[in-house]
Parts: sequence; C-alpha cells; structure tokens
Amino acid sequence: MTNQTETVLRAVDLRKVYRRGSEEIVAVDDVSLRVARGEFISFIGPSGSGKTTLINLLGCLDNATSGSLEVGGEQIFGSRSLSEKALTRIRRRVFGYIFQRFYLVPTLTLYENIVMPFAFYRKSDADVDPMAIIRFLGLENRLRHRPGELSGGEMQRVAIARALVNKPEILLADEPTGNLDSARSQEIGGILKSLNEKEGMTVLLVTHNPAIAALAGRAVTLSDGRIVG
Amino acid sequence: MKKISVYQIAYKNLLRKRTRSLLTIVGIGLSAWVLASLLGFNRGYESALKKDIDNMGFQVLVTAKGCPYEAATLMLKGGTGLRYMSEGVVEDILKHPEVEKVTPMLMQAVFDPERGDSGAISAYLGVDPATFPQMKAFLKFKQGGWFSDSEARQAVLGYEAAELEQREVGDMLLIPDKNIELTVVGILARSGTQDDGTIFVPIRMLQKEFGETGKLTAVGIKVDRRGDIAALENKLYDLPDVQVVSLAQVKNTIMSLVATAKVMVLSIAVIAILIAMVGVVNTILMSVFERVQEIGIMKSMGAMPGDIFRMIWTETVILCLLGGTLGVLLAFGLAKVTDLFVRRLLPYTPTGSLVIVGLGLGLTTLAIVIVIGLVSGVYPAWRAARMRPLESIRSEGE
Repeated sequence: MTNQTETVLRAVDLRKVYRRGSEEIVAVDDVSLRVARGEFISFIGPSGSGKTTLINLLGCLDNATSGSLEVGGEQIFGSRSLSEKALTRIRRRVFGYIFQRFYLVPTLTLYENIVMPFAFYRKSDADVDPMAIIRFLGLENRLRHRPGELSGGEMQRVAIARALVNKPEILLADEPTGNLDSARSQEIGGILKSLNEKEGMTVLLVTHNPAIAALAGRAVTLSDGRIVG
Repeated sequence: MKKISVYQIAYKNLLRKRTRSLLTIVGIGLSAWVLASLLGFNRGYESALKKDIDNMGFQVLVTAKGCPYEAATLMLKGGTGLRYMSEGVVEDILKHPEVEKVTPMLMQAVFDPERGDSGAISAYLGVDPATFPQMKAFLKFKQGGWFSDSEARQAVLGYEAAELEQREVGDMLLIPDKNIELTVVGILARSGTQDDGTIFVPIRMLQKEFGETGKLTAVGIKVDRRGDIAALENKLYDLPDVQVVSLAQVKNTIMSLVATAKVMVLSIAVIAILIAMVGVVNTILMSVFERVQEIGIMKSMGAMPGDIFRMIWTETVILCLLGGTLGVLLAFGLAKVTDLFVRRLLPYTPTGSLVIVGLGLGLTTLAIVIVIGLVSGVYPAWRAARMRPLESIRSEGE
C-alpha cells in the first residue's frame, strides 16, 4: 500500500535561467510542486515549455538558479546545496531515470546492461532481484543478446529494467516513447502504469503523447517555464 | 546475483573499436620491443664482451711495439706489419711477482692463391703446447687433441677454420708458399670466441719453418688473482720496445665506443615510447569523447567520479598490459634477429649473444610500460571523471 499523503518531492519557487551570450533564457520560472509517494504525474506542454528542465531539476541532475528542492525531507538545493558526491548518493538511492534514447552499452549483454549500476556501488543480494524485474518486463529470453540485436521497444524495456534494478523510490521518464511507434509506446506506457499501480512506484513522466499522458493520475501542464494547469 | 565489475565494463569497452584497440596495442608492443631489446642489449653486449675477454685466457698481452695483436687486424694489413720481440722477454716478464703464467705466441701469415676467387691471407698462430692449453682450459676438442710436441708438423683447427678448410683429424694441411705439410691432430669444439677461426700450430716448428727462431709476436700473461693488473702494466712498460695491451683497458675502450651507440638507441627508444604514449592518450581520449552520453548515464545511475576514473584508467592499463606483453614476446622471439641487426650497426661486436632478454628484463619492461600507461591514462580519465551527468547526456559528443 502506498501512502499518497507522504511527500517525496517538494519544490518551491524553482527557477532555472540559462545564458546564451547576453540573452537570458528562463527555462523554469518560479515553479512550486509537491509530489506525494505513489503518484503518477505527467508533464505536458509544447516544445520549449521547460518540461525536461523541470524534471532534471526534480531528479537532482541539474542545479536550479534559485528556489529550493527537498527529496524525502532532505534539502538538495536552496538555503544550502549538496556536494556532487552527496547528490550521487541520492541519485543511487532515490531515482531511476529513463530517457528518450536508450544509452545502452553496445558491447554488454542485455543482462550486463541491466545490472551495470551495481558496478558502481554495492547492494546486498537480498535487496536486489534483477530477475524479477527482467521477468516483469518480459526480457528473460533475451538475456545474452546485445543491444544491437534488440528492437527499439525491447531496448527501452532494458533501459527501464536498468532504471528499476536498484528499486528506486521515484522513476523519472523523459519522453520514453519518443523513439517508438504507437504500439510500442502503448506497451511502455502500460509498463509505467503497472509499476505505479502494482508496485506503488512514484512516476514522473514527460511526454508529448496525449494517450500516454492520460495514463497518469495527474497532469501538469507547462508553458514558458510556468505551470499553467 | 551475477554482477558486472568496472573492470569488465572497461575490458568490453575496448572491444567496441577492435581495430583501433588492436593498432594501439601493436604500437605499444613495438615500443616495448624496442625498449626490451635495448635493455637486453645493454646487458648482453657487456656480458659478451667480458666473456670474450675472459675466454682469451690472459688479462694482459705484451706485443712488439707497433705489432697488430689480433688476427683480424693482421688480415686487414694484408698479412704484413708484424713486429717481433726476442724470446728473452718471457724471462723478464716472469720476474714480476704479479705474473702467474705466461704463454709465448708467434703469428705468421702467408698469401694463399688458392683461397677464394683471387686468393686470401692465411694466418697461423704458433703456440706452446706446454703453456697455452693451460691458459685456455675452457677450449674443448670436437676431435683429437693438442700437438705431441712444440716442433711437430701438426695443426689444431678452430671449429670454423676446420669447416672452412674442410679438414678432419688425420688430414693434411698445406702452408702455401712454404710448402709445409701439417697433420691435423685436433679440431676444437665451437667456443664462440675468435679461436673458432684460428689455425694453431706448434711455436717451435713455426719459428723454424718461417726463419724466425727466437722471435715472438706476443706473450699472453695471466695475472695472479691477488695481483694488481694496473701496477704490472706500468712495470711492463719499462721493457724495451714492447707495447702492453690490457684487456680490461680494451674492454673499457670498446664500451666507451659502444656507449655512443647506446645513447642513440636509447634516444630512439624514448621517442618510440613517447609516440606510443601519445597514441594511448589519443585512443582513450577519442573513446571517452565517443561515450560522453554513456558516461553521463553511468553518473546518473550512481557512478562517482572515482568510478569513471577507474574505468577509463583500467582501459589504458589493459591496452598497455597487452601491448607490453606483445613487445616482451617479440623481444624474446626476435632476440636473434635483433642480434644480427645490431651486429650490422656496430663496428665491433663480441662473439656471444649481444641481446639477452631474460624473465627479469621482460617483467621490468612490462612494469615500465604499465607505469607509462598509468601516466598516459590520467588525463583522459580525469576528463571523463569530471563530466557532469546532465551535460554529458545532453551532449552530442565532442
């Protein structure tokens, strides 16, 4: 059971400004957001509206120009900012990331790609069961294959498995169906929905696809870096 | 749960561009080969020279002033230029307490019109069967033995001289011009020294037949173990009309000549290693730039800068380890070819192995190459380690 009253992410007045020469580009403009444990939120809006920048800030992949962010009650940036090492530890513990491109290592097998996070840190075998995730994603017959031998949908499923293998609290998916046809997109959308409903995982999804966005329990619409709906 | 390590990822990354990795390994291998061969030459040359000098059986040679004391020099002079000392010099030399043994020698050369296309010089070394074999105790016979006495018309042939003359024990050997027939009584086993090409004859017979009775061209001196060679040399210079050749001095002269060649070869090796280093840095840096996004993903999944540094550094070390091993194997396998090559380059080379590549030297070379790899890998590994995850993922490669 998930407790949707427990806050896992809290952003207050997040602002991200890029400089391009003398020009200032405000990618995220005073965004405040609370994410409860077990929520499935889709971020929608036109290109350049700041969806990806916002999800990167929420996922501790980027620093905000101003504002504050708390993850599980711990302040990431705001009145004090964490070091890169501390951020890495939070990424290990809290987040799983899926991107539009799969970024699989071509010389590693499917299984090796999935368990790659454990090359960088240890977790006891009791806490980790990659085969359960592999079976859940229907990849058990492809373990020895390399990414070049897989279809786009299969590669994205491998990327999802890699993001899930560490049992993250929050799954961040940035356009995960952007490179897939509609059938494979529905399949990936279904997996995210199932993870949220059956496993109680918090999912933050950026998408242009209205059908996939509709799977989320809450939709956040952005325009010009601001939440407009 | 079966896991994968940073080292396995590093190894598999190198398989991505196999040709590039292979060419880098070959580059490192060739540099390591040059390095191992150079180190092997440094050791081999000195040891071969020492062995040659030790195998002469004496440490000091006294010759008449201006007389060539090596058969090779005599040949170059067309068999002329011999100078003689009186046999009395042997008694004078024996008076010195540092002297343990002496052996008188007489070198003679004649023109042999039958040898080669237009004739050649044949040299004969007259030795005393009572003293010479004692000084050259390391000489072994393939057939037969030494002469029965110092006036016998007999000859002992060095291994190569016997092959050249195509003689066996019992065969006759004619000294051209003098029409003297000698019986071959012994053929030496190969010694790896200049004795292999020498024709030894009894000294008294040679003196008599060449009309040089009571004359010598050289006296070999074995110095007592406790004797001071330098002090003896100084004393011997007091003898009239002799030159003293200290073989230690000869060795030093040759070594100082060879030192110049060594510096040249060392410079080549250093340049080869620098080129290999630049090659390694280039290969690893290219491979890092091609994987910027992958490195970003690794960081997003929890890789610390140290993990990325270790992974890239491991790739460098694997390349250097494989290249170094290849180079050491080449050095082992091609030591004889290197030996021949060096012999062509140098004006004088001793007879033993010039390039000695042993296990210790192989391991030293490997250690040097790995240290070079560690140094070469620092910059690419540092570049990769300091990449920020988001910027790397967004990057389209540098």
